[in-house]
Order: sequence, then structure tokens, then C-alpha cells
Amino acid sequence: MAVTLDQTIAQKQHTFLSRLFANQTFWVVIAVILACLFLSVATDSFATSKNIFNITRNVTFTAIVALGMTFVIITGGIDLSVGSVLCLSSMVLAVTMHAGYSIEVGILASIATALVVGAFNGVLIAYLGFPPFVVTLGMLSVARSLAMVASNNTVVFQFGPDHQKLLALGGGAWVFGIANPVLYMIILALITGFILRWTKFGRHIFAIGGNEHAATLTGVPVKQIKVVVYMISALSAGLAGIIQTGWLGAVTTNLGNGMELQVIAATVIGGANLAGGVGTALGAIVGAALIEVIRNSLGLLGINAFWQGTFIGGAIILAVLFDRVRNFRRSD
Amino acid sequence: MSVLELANISKHFGAIQAVNDVSFSLEAGEVVGLMGDNGAGKSTLVKMIAGNFHPSHGTMRLDGKDLVLHKPADARQHGIEIVHQDLALCNNLTAAANVYLGRELRRGFGPLRILDYGAMYKRAGQLFAELKSETRPRDLVKQMSGGQRQAVAIARTMLSQAKIVLMDEPTAAISVRQVAEVLNLIRHLRDQGIAVVLISHRMPDVFDVADRVIVMRRGRKVADKKIASSSPEEVTGLITGAIEQVA
Repeated sequence: MAVTLDQTIAQKQHTFLSRLFANQTFWVVIAVILACLFLSVATDSFATSKNIFNITRNVTFTAIVALGMTFVIITGGIDLSVGSVLCLSSMVLAVTMHAGYSIEVGILASIATALVVGAFNGVLIAYLGFPPFVVTLGMLSVARSLAMVASNNTVVFQFGPDHQKLLALGGGAWVFGIANPVLYMIILALITGFILRWTKFGRHIFAIGGNEHAATLTGVPVKQIKVVVYMISALSAGLAGIIQTGWLGAVTTNLGNGMELQVIAATVIGGANLAGGVGTALGAIVGAALIEVIRNSLGLLGINAFWQGTFIGGAIILAVLFDRVRNFRRSD
Repeated sequence: MSVLELANISKHFGAIQAVNDVSFSLEAGEVVGLMGDNGAGKSTLVKMIAGNFHPSHGTMRLDGKDLVLHKPADARQHGIEIVHQDLALCNNLTAAANVYLGRELRRGFGPLRILDYGAMYKRAGQLFAELKSETRPRDLVKQMSGGQRQAVAIARTMLSQAKIVLMDEPTAAISVRQVAEVLNLIRHLRDQGIAVVLISHRMPDVFDVADRVIVMRRGRKVADKKIASSSPEEVTGLITGAIEQVA
């Protein structure tokens, strides 16, 4: 039977299933489910509501920051400053409220701080051509130091007149008994997913990660988009900081220390490519979930906590290995 | 009337005279081969037409009206499209996404406007059909052959009503079969009344597809004649300088 040109052009080469199986995020979801099933059978304490609550809560903070990081990683950049920005935003919120201002003022100041930091990173990277690694590494140090300056390196646990409001914001469970942070995570993930898939901005982010030169030549406003991307990353860290402050009820200058590694690990395990051009909102969350389940399970199975780093690092390398294997097969 | 007319165009960078007093015109539905050795001024000339450089002297006229370009976007707005030598494609995006890169179609109202995937797939498919290229709009460019990649880059120029398409070395570094494919794509552009400027080092391609050949040497135009009245030997002589100049 002769196949016309129009038929060839209209043909869809990939079925839904073949696309699903080629998708790293799908396999990480399977891994998370299998791990959960195994742990439910192997231990008595995994499938308890208290432990599940613990896991979901721990996942959320990493996941929210990972959502912002996903934007940066898709453009082929990296943001090492997220942990420190989270700390700085929390501290600005805490100090402002401690000084007697309302929660609205506190949150506004905190978000503004995050956005300024993100814009600073972005302008240096996009307009002055600094390598993202260097700029954000510097900011990692600067932001944490500023948090110490702001608080004089003390623990803040009294948040002025709106103290209770802040605790309710982070620690409450307003809808169906789902912890508020989980709710925020789901909302932010939906927004992220929408932006990446359905907006011109999202499309341009992928284009920059795929071929920055081509994006410039075709008239994509590459520099502006890069600045916005680093602002989004800092904003997500700031939001996570606000929520975490409400959840913990206290802020130390240690908050978010070393978090950048976990966040980057979550995005990469979820399928984002550090070389740029690939990444999803779901991937960021699933990656964060896998890391947390691994961590949680080690404790429950009675494995020495010192092994945690080995397992999480192993998961990162394994995730990238899958990607390499797929690429080898394609180039054959 | 000519689509594009260049009159006494010169461009110098400091003391270096890259293009020196070049004049030519371009007719609709004509393929012009632009040839010359490295550094002969081909690229500089094309970059002035594409809005990357501003001429030091001389004027350009498009459809009889004076043409002043400040940036590449201006050229595009006037219906001058360029296919870059490296094609400027994003491997991680689909063919349709690449065709529409920078001018995505959207639907919806006001601030909430979403990408119109359906319309972009459909129009990209039509363009590939017009180009007689077996290219699927939903496929990633990563998985495509050199000829298909060219089709994607060329389809991009057909989105708006292009009058002139400038092609920078489209047949360098692709296989023989794909060269034939690309030359066919050029013929399809010509058949739609588009003027094509083909910059190439490959003599057979120019003699295969072009109606006219312009030869540049050291910034000057040394020949501008019908392909039918020239020969590869003559053009080679003009490029190297063995033949000084022809009318």
C-alpha cells in the first residue's frame, strides 16, 4: 500500500505507552511505589499515619525549592544559593515580625528579599556573562552571612503580634486534614507545570536550554528570561522559607544548610538534565519524594544513619546512569 | 520591479574594507548563487541584508522603498528571512516548536493565553507538505536527518509572507542524498515567488539550482551573470582571481 506524504507527516511516531516507558519520571514513580510497598510489608512503622505525615512534610520543603530549581536547570544553569536564600528569607520574616510588624509586612519583606537576591544573581549571569556556578556559590556565602547579620546569629522564636497566624500558616491543615505545606506544594507544582507546558515563557526556557544561540537568533529575549528564571528560583526558596518558619516556629541561621545538594539531586533524579533543555514539575516532586523515602526507610530498617549520604548519592548517580544508557542506545 | 535593490553598498570595519561598492538587484522567484572565497565579503553582505550590520555607505531598497534595518527583527518584519549556517535549531524541541520559535501561536484572552499546540502542529505539517519533506511536526529535532533539519529551518522562513530568503551554506556538511533534498526545498521556495540568495562554496549546487551567480572577490563584485551563460570553470577563475572581472 502506498503511503502518501501527508500520511507520513500526520503519523504519530510514539504511542502513549512508548513515551511513558521512555520517561525517567515514570520509572522514579515506580521506584517510589515499590519502595513504599516493600517498606509497608517489611516494617510495622512505615505505613502509620504519623510516619506518612512526617515524610510528606519533609518532602514538601525540598520539593518546593526543587520546583524553582527546575526552571534554572532547564535553561542549563544552576543555583547553589537556594539553601542560604531560604535561610535569609526566613530570617527577614522572623526579624520583621519580631519587631512588631504584621505578618503581611513580614511576608512581603521576605519575598522582596528573595526576589532582589534572585535578580542580582540573574543580572550577573545574563548580562555580565558570569558562570552561574560562581555567582550562586558566592551568593550561598553572602545570603547566609546576611541572615546572621540580620539576627545577630540568634534563634528567633517570637514573631510579635501575628505569632499565631504564622504558626497556623505553616503548621495548620486547613483542607481535609492535609498539612498546609503539602497543599502549597501541590498548588506550586500545578502552577509550575502549567508555565512549563502552556506558556510562551515556558517554551522559551526549554529553547534556551536546548540551544541558547539559536534562541537568540530567533528573537527569544534570552537575557530577560534568564534573570526571571533566577528570580523564580530565589522566590521558591523564599516561599519555602516562609512556610518552614511557620512550621518550625523558630528560625536559626542553620536553616537550609546544605539544602542545595538535596534540591539539585531531587530535580536530577526526577529526570531534569543538568546540561539543560529537559525537566518537569512532576519530576522535581517525585525526585524529592524518592530521596525522602530512601532516607526514611534507612532509619526504619535500622541502618546506621551515616549511610544516608551514600544511598542518596548513589541514587543521583543511578539516575544519571539511566539517562546515559538511553543515550548510548540512541546513538547506536 | 526588483524585490531588493542594493546600490553602491560598502562596509568597513575600521581600516578593513569588507564590502566595497557593491550593487545588485534581486527579482521575485529568482535563485541567486552568491559565491566567493573565504573573506570575500559574502557573509558581511548578507548580514547587512539581514539587519545584523548597518552599511557604511550606499542604500538598500525593498519593493522600491528605502530600507533601513537596525536589527535582525526589522529585516524579518520586512519579509527578509535568513537560514543560518548552523540552522539555529533546538534539539530538545519538536519540529513544530522550532518552526514557531520566537513567534509561538497562542489562544485565549487577555493575560491568560496558552500555547496553541494544535494550530502549530497543523500549520507546521502543511509547511512540510508544501516543501515535500517527510518531516513530522511532533518529532524531536534531535532524531532528524540533515535534510529534515534543513526543512525545519526553511519552514521557519515560510511562516510569514517572506519575500527574500537568505541561505548561508545550506549544503555544507550533509550527505549527497540530503543535498538533493535541500536543493528541492530551494526550488519550492522559488516556485512560490520567493527570491532566494544561496551562499555556497559548492559549485555543483549553485549550477544546479541557481538562475544567476554573483561572484565576490576581496569585497568587490566581480561577476553577475546568468548561470546559462557562465561555466564552473569561469566562476572558479573569478573566485581565485585568475579571471579579473566579467561584465
